[in-house]
Amino acid sequence: MISTTHGLILAAVLFALGLTGLLARRDVIFVLMSIEIMMNAAGLAFVVAGARWGRPDGQVMFLFILATAAAEVSVGLALILALFRRARTLDVDAANRMRG
Amino acid sequence: MQDLLWLVPGLPLLGFLVLSLAGGRLSRPAMAAVGTGSVGASAMVATLVALGFHEPFRQVLWEWMRVGEFAPTIGFRLDALSLVMILVITWVGFLIHAYSCAFMAGDAGYRRFFAIMNLFVAAMLTLVLADNLLFLYLGWEGVGLCSYLLIGFWYQDPANGRAARKAFIVTRVGDTAFAIGLFFLIAQVGTLDIEEAMTRAGSISAATAAALLLGGAVGKSAQIPLQVWLPDAMAGPTPVSALIHAATMVTAGVYLIARTQALFALAPVVQTMVAVIGAATLLLGGIGALAQRDIKRVLAYSTMSQIGLMFLALGLGAWPAAIFHFMTHAFFKALLFLAAGSVTLSLHHEHDIFRMGGLWKSLPISFATFLIGAASLSGMPFVTAGFFSKESILGSAWERGVGWWSVALVGVLLTSLYIFRVVFIVFFGEAKTSVAPRRDVLLTLPMVALAILALVGGWIPIPVGVFEPHVGVASVVSMAGIVIAWSLRAPLAFPGVDFDGLYERAFVRPFLRLANAVGRDPADAVSFGPAWAAATAHRLASATQTGSLRWYAAGIVFGGVVLLAVVLWW
Amino acid sequence: MVVILGALLLGGLLAWVAERWGEVWPRGVALMALAIAAASSLVPSWRGEVAWPWIPRLGVGFHLAVDGLSLLLVWLALFLGFVSVVVSWREIKERVGLFHFNLLWVLAGVIGVFLAADLMLFYLFWELMLIPMAFLILVWGYGDRVRSALKFFIFTQASGLAMLVSIVALAVFHARTTGRLSFDLMELQGTPLSQGAARWVMFGFVAAFAVKLPAVPVHTWLPDAHTDAPTAGSVVLAGLLLKTGAYGLLRFVVPLFPQAAAEAAPILMGVGVAGILYGAVVAFAQTDFKRLVAYTSVAHMGFVLLGIFALNPMARQGAVLQMIAHGISTPALFIIAGALQARLHTRDLREMGGLWAVAPRMGAVALFFIVATLGLPGLGNFVAEFLTLAGTFQMRAWMAAVAAAGVVGAAIYALSLMQRSFHGPHREGLVMSDLSVREVVVLGVMMAVLVGLGLVPQPVLDLAGGAHVGP
Repeated sequence: MISTTHGLILAAVLFALGLTGLLARRDVIFVLMSIEIMMNAAGLAFVVAGARWGRPDGQVMFLFILATAAAEVSVGLALILALFRRARTLDVDAANRMRG
Repeated sequence: MQDLLWLVPGLPLLGFLVLSLAGGRLSRPAMAAVGTGSVGASAMVATLVALGFHEPFRQVLWEWMRVGEFAPTIGFRLDALSLVMILVITWVGFLIHAYSCAFMAGDAGYRRFFAIMNLFVAAMLTLVLADNLLFLYLGWEGVGLCSYLLIGFWYQDPANGRAARKAFIVTRVGDTAFAIGLFFLIAQVGTLDIEEAMTRAGSISAATAAALLLGGAVGKSAQIPLQVWLPDAMAGPTPVSALIHAATMVTAGVYLIARTQALFALAPVVQTMVAVIGAATLLLGGIGALAQRDIKRVLAYSTMSQIGLMFLALGLGAWPAAIFHFMTHAFFKALLFLAAGSVTLSLHHEHDIFRMGGLWKSLPISFATFLIGAASLSGMPFVTAGFFSKESILGSAWERGVGWWSVALVGVLLTSLYIFRVVFIVFFGEAKTSVAPRRDVLLTLPMVALAILALVGGWIPIPVGVFEPHVGVASVVSMAGIVIAWSLRAPLAFPGVDFDGLYERAFVRPFLRLANAVGRDPADAVSFGPAWAAATAHRLASATQTGSLRWYAAGIVFGGVVLLAVVLWW
Repeated sequence: MVVILGALLLGGLLAWVAERWGEVWPRGVALMALAIAAASSLVPSWRGEVAWPWIPRLGVGFHLAVDGLSLLLVWLALFLGFVSVVVSWREIKERVGLFHFNLLWVLAGVIGVFLAADLMLFYLFWELMLIPMAFLILVWGYGDRVRSALKFFIFTQASGLAMLVSIVALAVFHARTTGRLSFDLMELQGTPLSQGAARWVMFGFVAAFAVKLPAVPVHTWLPDAHTDAPTAGSVVLAGLLLKTGAYGLLRFVVPLFPQAAAEAAPILMGVGVAGILYGAVVAFAQTDFKRLVAYTSVAHMGFVLLGIFALNPMARQGAVLQMIAHGISTPALFIIAGALQARLHTRDLREMGGLWAVAPRMGAVALFFIVATLGLPGLGNFVAEFLTLAGTFQMRAWMAAVAAAGVVGAAIYALSLMQRSFHGPHREGLVMSDLSVREVVVLGVMMAVLVGLGLVPQPVLDLAGGAHVGP
């Protein structure tokens, strides 16, 4: 039996890893992957919480997150393709035309 | 007969309206006919009214306005004083108009000239006939406007425009004092009706009111310290100068003080001030006239000086003498200007007296009329009008003290000195320029008519005190002036008080500096402040929009951490 | 009353639509709408009162009322409406329909302001006149028109907001004492207010009206707006929009806050005097014809402010008459400026001079209005200034004396304007046509009105004297 605390710590570590990747990576595909990791960290936290209270809600939420992640990936990949077509690069820092 | 009074100012006004509204369709002779005829008709009406005059009366056309108790009218009042004024103004004005028909013959602005001249006469008649001070003020300002337009008649030359604006603005300074005097009277006696205000004047501080009115009179009549505009006003055509100096404008101040005599009588201090101003201007004008080279400027300083004499009389309480002198002055000064105009016209607009000479042979009529005018001006005994009026002023000065009398006597000396100096320089000696005499009956007739008036005009009222001992003194002094004048034919120059320069430094330049300083409207800073704040805020806020996705993500993270921290630790 | 407003609002819409049938149509429609409004304003029976419920929950009513003061200003508005349509006949060539729509809606807003007896309704009309006016400058203006229109809009909008806050505050204070929420002017009069509250609430109103008047130092939108506006815009701006500020002071500030107004009177009179002198000096330094005239407006409206807060019947009459007389003389000068601009393609006085030689008729007309501006007796402005100053003198003599110095200043700037444009040496090649018949008719009527005001001002003074809200 894994304790709730351990599970939550794992979720937090995963989230932090994803966050670090999001902020540090310039390649847009890695950015997208980092976001996936963060979402899954959130899902894990839900599952752990659901197990702690013995309720199915956590797992239901995880399914939602999976669906959201799938939708997000499809939109994100489409955006990446569009970016690549325009800028011929996958560097997020190059796409700064909205600078004020 | 008396009901026709309103036609006296009404006819010249009608002439102005016809000329300015429909005049474009008139031929030049028709313009002259309308312009001169309207003033002539007005003179006829004035004479008719005078013949039927028994006692003062008023004719109210309509009530101008009514605010509470204050209800000035558009109305006229005729008494002996205004009767003398309207007769002189209309008749002398008529002669000057007739003269102008010929004098201005070739000018492009013929219609404009007559239109404004008519308005000028109408305004002056309104001034002297008004039954209340507000209506009088209307005429007063109207006179000022017309003088502006006529002095700057030849508007293409900036110097004329400058002289015109100077005249208007300097007199307006006086007018503003006058207006404040009117406010004061309204506040104190509640009416501007001249008769009523004068009867109620005893209950108020008359000195303030009188001093303020004096400010207006000083401006219009070109007395010290507001005399600076008059010499420059010579920029206008000669008939205009004649009209300004003889019949209208400068005599307005004399009329105003005579009209509000009751007020001045209540304020002895102010009345003495009138006398002092008059005496100072009398001497200053006389000395100034000696130093001039331009024949018209000599006459301008002469007017200043003569009006000073009238002010002296007014200040000594002898207003009938002042008005008497106003009348004779109107005759001989108009005559002098018209004669001088005929001289300059024959000399291709040469105004410098030192480039004239020996003209008595080639211009006999100009010479004769100018000589009569000069004689009348310097008060040749018994045969001239100027003698009688001057004597009546001298007589009243004698009664008030030898001091006043001797000042007036010095004025008499200066007068005959400067005017006969001009006569000798211009008409005697050797000829210096070619002369092309202009002979036109319209030029000559008014001059002759005025010459007759300048001789016999003094017989109208019976002169008093002609045979007192001091009379002889004045005549001798005047004769002596002529003799000295013969020996003073060279150009003179002496330092005087430079009023123009003084005012330039004291008022004109500071005003220009001020106008330059605020010309860009520093108050606009009110709008600059908020505008600057908005722009700065915008710059700061837009600096955060780097366009970098990772920067935004970091922002979200930072915000999330802060929020979480707040939630957890609050 | 409703007919007037309706005719103008509907006429505006119709003029917009009528554009597609040709350029003359909108002008004709606008003239028709003005004629209908003018005709109905002459019918005595319309001078009753209109009071319909509008937003009963908030106590807001559609309440229109008229008295002598409103009537005078409504007539002035309609008169200047005709003038504006006629003077833009040649000047406005683009989007004619939209132009007349905006023009008529400004007029409707102005007239609504003059008639409204409900503060919310007043505020509605106040805003209604603002937006089309800004568009008139923005679309048909000259020079840096975007900046000028924005400046005008921001100044008036921001100060209007202060007024809105005050209106609401006043209604709330009123509801606290009576328990009934109302925005009706009649009901709000006599609302008991503590001294401090009255001061602050009045300040909001004064802010809005002082900007519109305009008083120094918040006048700076005016020269820009005037300079860049089309002629009709300047006519409406000088003739009417400035008057709404003065009207607001007369109608709202003095009756609603008699105590606070009396306390603030010395300050506001001082502001008026400052405006008279400052406007005169700054006007003299201008080189742009329209800008110079705009600063003369600042000076003239200073007289109005002075007259209103002298709190003396004579000065008040003078102030009202000044509103009317200035509403004729200054628009006329703007029309002349517009005529010069159309012919010479410049308003710069340094490039003019001696124009009398080529356009004597225009010179004479300009001279007439210039001397009206400097307050020559016999014309309306003189009677107004004289009564204002005479009334002020009875309250605070030295202020009237200082303000009278502004009359000398007026002579200086007015004559310098005449000198630099029509007098002086005529430049070679500076040729232009004289006034057309259309312009002569418009300006001639305005001259006649000014002479009438100057010699027979009594009917106007009578109307202005009996000013009180309600039938």
